[in-house]
Amino acid sequence: MTICGYRVPMMASLLFWCVVWEIVGQSGAMFLVPPLSSVVMAGIDLVQTGSWQAAAVTTLRSFALGMVLAIVAGTTLGVLMGRVKAIDNLLGIWVNIFVSAPLSALVPVLMILFGMGETTVVVTVFLFAVWIIVLDTRAGIQHVPASLVEMARSYGASRPALYGKIILLAALPEILAGIRLGLVRGVKGVVIGQLLVSIIGYGELFELYSRNFDMNNFWALTLILFAFAMLVSALIERLEKRVEFYAGVR
Amino acid sequence: MAAPLEVNGAVRVAPEAGPARRPLRGLLGAHPSLWRLASLGLFFLVWEIAGRIPISFAFPTFLETARAFLRLTLDGSFVTAYASTLQPLVIGIGISAVLGVGLGVAMGLSRTAEWLAAPVFIVLQAAPMAALIPLITFVYGIGLLSKTLAVIMLALPVIVLNGYKAVRNVNPSLVDMCRSFQGSAWQRIVKIIIPDASPVIFAGLRLGLAAGFIGVILAELLITPTGIGDLITYHRSVADYPEMYAAVVSIIVVSTLTLAALEAFELRVLRPEKRRG
Amino acid sequence: MRNITAAAQAAIDHAAIDRSAPGEDIAVEVRGISKIYGDVEALRGIDLDFPRGRLTTLLGPSGCGKTTLLKIIAGLNEPSAGEIRVNGRPVTGPGPERAFVFQDFALMPWATVMRNVAFGLELRGMGKDERQAIARKYIAEVGLAGFEDKYPHELSGGMRQRVGLARAFAVNADVLLLDEPFSAVDEQNRRKFQEDLLRLVALENKTFIFVTHSIEEAVYVSDRIVILSRRPGRVAQIIEPEIDRTASPDAIRRDQSYLDTVEAIWQGLKRYVD
Repeated sequence: MTICGYRVPMMASLLFWCVVWEIVGQSGAMFLVPPLSSVVMAGIDLVQTGSWQAAAVTTLRSFALGMVLAIVAGTTLGVLMGRVKAIDNLLGIWVNIFVSAPLSALVPVLMILFGMGETTVVVTVFLFAVWIIVLDTRAGIQHVPASLVEMARSYGASRPALYGKIILLAALPEILAGIRLGLVRGVKGVVIGQLLVSIIGYGELFELYSRNFDMNNFWALTLILFAFAMLVSALIERLEKRVEFYAGVR
Repeated sequence: MAAPLEVNGAVRVAPEAGPARRPLRGLLGAHPSLWRLASLGLFFLVWEIAGRIPISFAFPTFLETARAFLRLTLDGSFVTAYASTLQPLVIGIGISAVLGVGLGVAMGLSRTAEWLAAPVFIVLQAAPMAALIPLITFVYGIGLLSKTLAVIMLALPVIVLNGYKAVRNVNPSLVDMCRSFQGSAWQRIVKIIIPDASPVIFAGLRLGLAAGFIGVILAELLITPTGIGDLITYHRSVADYPEMYAAVVSIIVVSTLTLAALEAFELRVLRPEKRRG
Repeated sequence: MRNITAAAQAAIDHAAIDRSAPGEDIAVEVRGISKIYGDVEALRGIDLDFPRGRLTTLLGPSGCGKTTLLKIIAGLNEPSAGEIRVNGRPVTGPGPERAFVFQDFALMPWATVMRNVAFGLELRGMGKDERQAIARKYIAEVGLAGFEDKYPHELSGGMRQRVGLARAFAVNADVLLLDEPFSAVDEQNRRKFQEDLLRLVALENKTFIFVTHSIEEAVYVSDRIVILSRRPGRVAQIIEPEIDRTASPDAIRRDQSYLDTVEAIWQGLKRYVD
């Protein structure tokens, strides 16, 4: 495990735990934990059902919409806070409060403001994801070396060029890190939003399966969700690796 | 901090501002707390105006909410609710802290522990653990146990991973130093690795606490009709919107103050060298 | 006035050199040390003797393995081949007869100057009063009296390295290993520091092994200079600058033999620079 580098052992360890799961499930010791193999079988059946496909589409749509809004608003606000002291002073306290506040308490408020539907879930995703993007973008902008900005100005860069060619690019590693963390939080947001609204998408299915103690389908749904979260996180991590090289140089 | 503003001139008035503008900026610059007050005041003003328009029938003004907040504080509703909400939170965070820091440090020190546990916790941290809350509530009922488990499920992964990363990123030069003075393995862990890792471990505890708040509220909102979650649900169902908003605000205030207190404690007690910095 | 004793050509057969005057008291013996990291050969067949009570400098182009050699002598790194003997006993790891001064100071940010300096003694289980008394003496000796209760972040780079030096002195080791101790210190402080180091060398009568990439620094502080070639590091040349150390620091820096030695070393090293 130490010889083969990092990626290989990670997979191996998860496989080990999968085997443990299967054994525990087969033994029937825990009613909550069916064997992994039957969960996987249930998952294969599940993804072919119309209700799962409809739920997945709804969930993905809410997630994507909320994330796009969060990324656009988050980076814009982050850049403004990084460059303009007054905005930073005025909004800093709120961003810092909301980045770690229990936003799940806000969802009931959102439900009465935006109705028991997709809009509430989109806003939940947005609220979960946006603050960390703001904070990381702001940090990235503030860490752009002053000499780089002065260099651009001394060579006569216009304001759009200064931002587009220097500041945003120099802050890109931090911005991407913020977006990755935002995506992870967004996945949690979409789940929490749907669970609380409980009549749409995955939330409805979760409600259904746990109410009927349909553990195979419940775990299948959970695994699909976990896999999706890891996939999203891994994708943006690959993107990050491509810009990481200059994060070290700065 | 003021330099980028001057250089860039993103605020039209700022760069070449004459002496006339200086006093205000000087005053605000010298007193960060004034900025904070201005920031809070502005937010409340916007809230009040939005409530008066009103932007929604279910959107009370700031003043109505503040009155409801006061009422709930005085009639003891908050006291009862928080007694019920904070109990599982404190127990859950306590368990997660002991378990998580121990496990994280072990993973940082031992390759075998790392191999076994790190991937699992990486998955658990990235995954929406909230999805499992309905399940545990159905199985363990609607009592303290379920809420405590909800807190642990959400708080544990981030505490473990921070402990693990903290230990892996200990300054290697300090470890070499300890070795060069013939420190034993135990001295190395207690005198160098743990102290050097403690800021990141503590950051993990703060993140864990924030996640724990989310977990306990979620458990209360989803299934268990107790505590602050019940206060929110109840006032919503009878359309007492100011009271409902006041309950939501109160949990955000409580969590923010708790996290700030934890941070202050960290600076005071654990990092004497930063106290004067 | 050139006082170059060893042959001035590079890459002399390493076995032939440095069988220095028999009977001289040797504190540290390096025998056939090689170090290979993966497929990079950092050091090849190093044989060296470090005479007791003198300051020997390891000088060479960056990446020549001089820090690696120092850490092998310290017992922090394992050699791929060869043996180190200190006071005649083979080295298997760090030992109480050696103390290391780190390039990045390696001070504990959460501990005061006092605790940092006394740390080596603390690890040995010495009582608090006793170790603090010793630490206080060395804190004063490196010129930091009055700073005992400060934290590292309150000190300048030069002062931080003085703390590192006092910590190494406090454990009363025979051999002090200094890994580019002044490279993170600004130029003016470095000069002052070099002068103080010479004073401490005279005062403490210990064996110093000093790694640097600065030719001037090496010539200024050393009794002997070992020049390593570029990777894989081998002993290229050994120089003993014969400079009158009783003169004032400023006189030394203007001394013709000092300047000549610096120039001679530069001529030898120039071909390693890209």
